[in-house]
Parts: sequence; structure tokens; C-alpha cells
Amino acid sequence: MDDIRKKAKELLENKTVQVVIGYGKGSGEEARAIFVRDAAKTDQLIFDETCLQNLAVYILKHEVKHLGKIAIVATSSVLRSIMILASEQQLKDGDLVVLGITSDGKYIDLPNFKAIEDYLATLNVSITDKEKELLKMIDAMTMEERWAWWQNEFSKCFKCYACRSACPMCYCPKCTTDSNQPQWIPVASHQLGNMEWHLMRAMHLAGRCINCGECAKACPMDIPLNLLTYKMIDEMNANFGVTVGMKPDAVFALSTFKNEDKENFIR
Amino acid sequence: MEIEKKLLKKASLEKLFEKLKADGKKMYAPVKKDKLVNFALVDTFGEICDDYILTVKSAKSVAFPKIEKIVDYEHSKNSSKAIDIDVSNFPEVVLWGVRPCDAVGFDSLDAIFTWDYKDNIYLARLEKTSIISFSCFKSDNNCFCTSVNGNPGGTKGSDILLTKISNGDYLVEIITEKGKQIIAKAPELFEAAPTEEKDKNLTNVPIKFNVKDITENSAKFFENDLWVEQSLRCIGCGACAFVCPTCACFDIQDESAGKNGTRLRLWDSCCFSLFTMHTSGHNPREVQSQRWRQRIMHKFSYMPERLNVVGCIGCGRCSRACPVDMNISEHLINLAEEVKK
Ligand code: SF4
Ligand code: SF4
Ligand code: SF4
Ligand code: SF4
Ligand code: SF4
Repeated sequence: MDDIRKKAKELLENKTVQVVIGYGKGSGEEARAIFVRDAAKTDQLIFDETCLQNLAVYILKHEVKHLGKIAIVATSSVLRSIMILASEQQLKDGDLVVLGITSDGKYIDLPNFKAIEDYLATLNVSITDKEKELLKMIDAMTMEERWAWWQNEFSKCFKCYACRSACPMCYCPKCTTDSNQPQWIPVASHQLGNMEWHLMRAMHLAGRCINCGECAKACPMDIPLNLLTYKMIDEMNANFGVTVGMKPDAVFALSTFKNEDKENFIR
Repeated sequence: MEIEKKLLKKASLEKLFEKLKADGKKMYAPVKKDKLVNFALVDTFGEICDDYILTVKSAKSVAFPKIEKIVDYEHSKNSSKAIDIDVSNFPEVVLWGVRPCDAVGFDSLDAIFTWDYKDNIYLARLEKTSIISFSCFKSDNNCFCTSVNGNPGGTKGSDILLTKISNGDYLVEIITEKGKQIIAKAPELFEAAPTEEKDKNLTNVPIKFNVKDITENSAKFFENDLWVEQSLRCIGCGACAFVCPTCACFDIQDESAGKNGTRLRLWDSCCFSLFTMHTSGHNPREVQSQRWRQRIMHKFSYMPERLNVVGCIGCGRCSRACPVDMNISEHLINLAEEVKK
């Protein structure tokens, strides 16, 4: 951790960056995101097992971009988010300084996208055993049971969109669900509106979700909506053999069209 | 009306519930479902959860639900017709297990929904609602009712307040005419008031700031870097507003099938970036710091000034629900300190 503080201090002092996004002490048990703009305050940066938020959500936020060049304390979730944002042309190599950090708090020098890609290749980025179990449980259900299970979960949703706001990949300036002329999906948070919101969100993140869990963690109603996108990860893996968010120039299986595609329904 | 005091034996609590239920009232009470405690329609006393500090969502839904039909409409070749909602059919509701802060929350909603236009739908729902609150014997660090003129045994806003005393019985305070009518449904359950002091049974919520420092000085910090400092980590969702007992902003949306449809009132939040977006594309609250300022100023400056009520009752729900730890009392303490600089 001292390495990160030192590095952050250096970067701010020599004006390589104007802000360092990292973790600081929170009001409760969990650490919170902090935005250090003053080299003298870099000792506020912390890293421990309470530093959970996927900070990549701030990279494209215009209030943060407006501060100047960014350095970001990057856990594996942040790194994978960066890979997606790069693949989607939202970030270029060198746009930000990445302060890689291992799960036990060691600084890793990641000077460019290539270095990130190489580092990620050494990690196990699968979902947790608990999440695997939950997915298995849902898979084992009959269609009717599964429907009832999700209806019960969706019934708690009140469309606060904390899940969307917390996700680094939900960066659309105007989300499909906010469109009311026409309404692509019902805006109201009733049964149909909730279901369509969740289906739409899951589909928009299929092949883009990097299983950081931030959406479910953000949900004040405790809806395990990350399981929907995790299921998509499994499907992507099984059908296309891809692990999402591992390289900066990924070709997205679900949004790429090639003339030589072996399926002909699309032509 | 002077508050009348009585005693309700522990064993009589369930009987009171049964009486009101038998009277045809819809009973809403805290229920624990999938780990979260929230108000829900209950059939039996056994479903009610009594181990909670506060429900995740506030009690406001009974009078201001997340979706409210406000008008039906029909179009035909030569005419258009608006059909008003029949407010006479709203059910009689008892809100059971409300906390004193939530009860005060209805004052803020009343002030907003009767400020200029009298919102007949909200008023009709509230009119049919009786509030039976329970004093708090537990609290957490997010509670700050005592900093915004409330207290864990406050009677304001409730029709009846029950406070558990040391032997497990309840001190009953009958605050309003509606409260009296409830007691009249089962007078045999109530006895002479206990002598035990009420306060010693309440949780202690330390005062965190002097609210007047904020409400009376807001002009001093309208333009202040503090807003940016506080809001950089805010991700602009609706969690804080949707769980808040006093947030009343809404969106209007139509749902139509062919030429006929319904106009709906839906919860909205000033923290969404689209909240103030004009059709032209111009957004007067362009950045999150302006939206966060609006959230605080609305509650601590505009409402006190125009409606004579503080728009926050210190329940701390927004802090608990916020995905990025925007702790409201911490931010209010910062503001109160800023004024003294
Ligand atoms: S955070 Fe939860 S309640 Fe809010 S919109 Fe998402 S799923 Fe619904
Ligand atoms: S749900 Fe879809 S449209 Fe909405 S922000 Fe996410 S990716 Fe964009
Ligand atoms: S787990 Fe949720 S927040 Fe994280 S990338 Fe996937 S959808 Fe987005
Ligand atoms: S602003 Fe927060 S603390 Fe105040 S009443 Fe609303 S939810 Fe409760
Ligand atoms: S304060 Fe928290 S809950 Fe409210 S909009 Fe910001 S991030 Fe969402």
C-alpha cells in the first residue's frame, strides 16, 4: 500500500495526473471511493478487504474527467472493466494511469494495456463458489419455478437504477429505459416494467459483464440481479469460448457481424 | 387535543391487531422477507416482525405509492375524454409499527402535496390511513432524528404511539381523534396508564449538529466547493430518494393501448441526471454536485423557508441505501461546520 501512496504522491506532484481515484475510510465498515487531488492527502488512500467497489464506474463520469487526467487504483475488476471500455473505444491506451493492486494490497506496475492484458492472463477471474451454487440452483429449477423465483425477486424492484449507476459498463448517457417517446419498455415499476427492465439490462450486458457484482451490491432491495448477467457469462463461455474483459481489443461475440459467418440467418 | 395515556398489556397487542383487522381495515406492518424488513399487507399478527430499527423503504407508499394512476383518458374520432380517478374507493388502512421519524415524515409530504394545489389523491389516501407507531428502543449510527427536531419517542405525526416498558407491556399515547377512534374499537383492552417513565425505555440518539446552523445560513454555502467535494463519488441513482419518507418528486408517464390509456405518477429523484433535462438538451443542473446540492438545499433550505418544515426527519435510510456511502449526517455536520468558519 505504501507503494501506491508513494506513486500517487509522485503523480500528483509532478502533475502527470490531476486526480487519483482510490479507496479511503468510509463511514461504516466498507471503504469508500475517494478522489485525491492534493499530493499532501495521498496518505488517505487505503487498501484492505473492505475495499470492494469497482471504481471503474468513475472513469467516464464527466464530473471526474473534468478534473483532468486520472490515475486509478485498480483491482482485477477495475482492470477488466478498463479492457471492456477500451474494446468499446471509450478509452485509449495512455488515457489514464493504472495503479494495479493485487488482492493482498501489492502494487503492480501496469504501464499500458498490453501489461494489463498479460497480468489478467495470470488471474483466475471466475465467479465465486457461492455464486456458482446459486446459478446451479436456478438451473435445476423447472421453467415454472424459475419464473416464480425471478418474479419474486423482480417484485422488490422499484427502479431506482442504483444497479445501472453502479455498473462501469452502463455508461450510456441516456439509457434505453429512460426513453419515453417512444417508451421502449414500460417506465413504471410494475410487474411488466420491472421484468422488461431486467431482461433489457441483462441483454445489454451479455458478453460485457465482468462479474464484479457491483450491481447486486448496489441494490437497496437485495435483488441478486448479477446472476442474470453471470448466466450470460456462462453462455458466452460455452458458445463462443470467450472470457470477457481480458484484452483491450476484444471482438464482441454478440455485436459483431462477419460476412463469412457460418450461420446464414443473419444475411 | 391533549394526549391521553393508557396501558396495553403485552398479551393484548395481538388482540388489538385482530380487532382492527376484523373491523375490515387493511393492516400494513413490517414484515421480514428474504432478509429485508419492509411494510407489507399482513393477514395475521404472527407475520409481523418486531426486530428492526427501520424498514428499508419508508412508510410513504400508503399515501404516495411508487405508481399512482392519476387519470384515465379516451380518444375517439371527435372527442377526447379524461376520466378522474375515483378516490372514494380507497381502502381504510392501518399502518402498524411505524417509527416516530416516519410518522413525522407525513408532515413533509402533507406540506408538499397541499402547498398550492391540493392533491386529492394523496389526501384521500392519507385520510383513510391511521398511524400506529412504536417508539424506538434500538438505533444505529445512521439515525439522527434528534438533530432534526425529532426523538425516538416523539408523538408528532402518529395517531397512537406505543412505547414498550420494562415489563413488556406498552404505554399507549392517544394523540389524535383518529387514535381515539381506534381505541374505541377495543376499549376493553386498555387500562390505566403505567407510572414508569417513558424516556428510560427509549434508545439514545446523540445530537450530531444544530439544524438551525444549516436552515438559517443556507445562503452562505449555496456557492461552495463542498458540494463537489461531497458528491464526486455519488453515482446519481434514485436509491436515496426512493427509500426516503419525505422525498415527493414524481414523474408523469402515460401508458396507452391504442387511443386510450392511463396517466401515471411515478417516483422520481433529483439525483438523476435526466431529472432537469430540457427538451432542448439543455440541463440547468448539469453536474452531480448541483444535483446533490439540490437534494440537501431542498430539504434544509427551501422547505423550511417556504413550507415551514424541515424536509428531513433523520431516519438515515438514504445513508443505509446509498451504494457509495454518501452519508447524509456526515455531510450535514460538514455544512454546519462550514457556516462557523
Ligand atoms: S438497484 Fe435494485 S431496486 Fe434499484 S433498479 Fe436495480 S434491481 Fe431495481
Ligand atoms: S441498461 Fe443498456 S441502455 Fe441502459 S445504461 Fe445499461 S447498457 Fe446502456
Ligand atoms: S456484475 Fe453487474 S455491475 Fe459488474 S459488470 Fe456485471 S452487470 Fe455490471
Ligand atoms: S433525507 Fe435521508 S435521513 Fe432525511 S428523511 Fe430522507 S432518507 Fe431519512
Ligand atoms: S447519494 Fe447515493 S443513493 Fe443518492 S444518488 Fe448519490 S449514489 Fe445514489
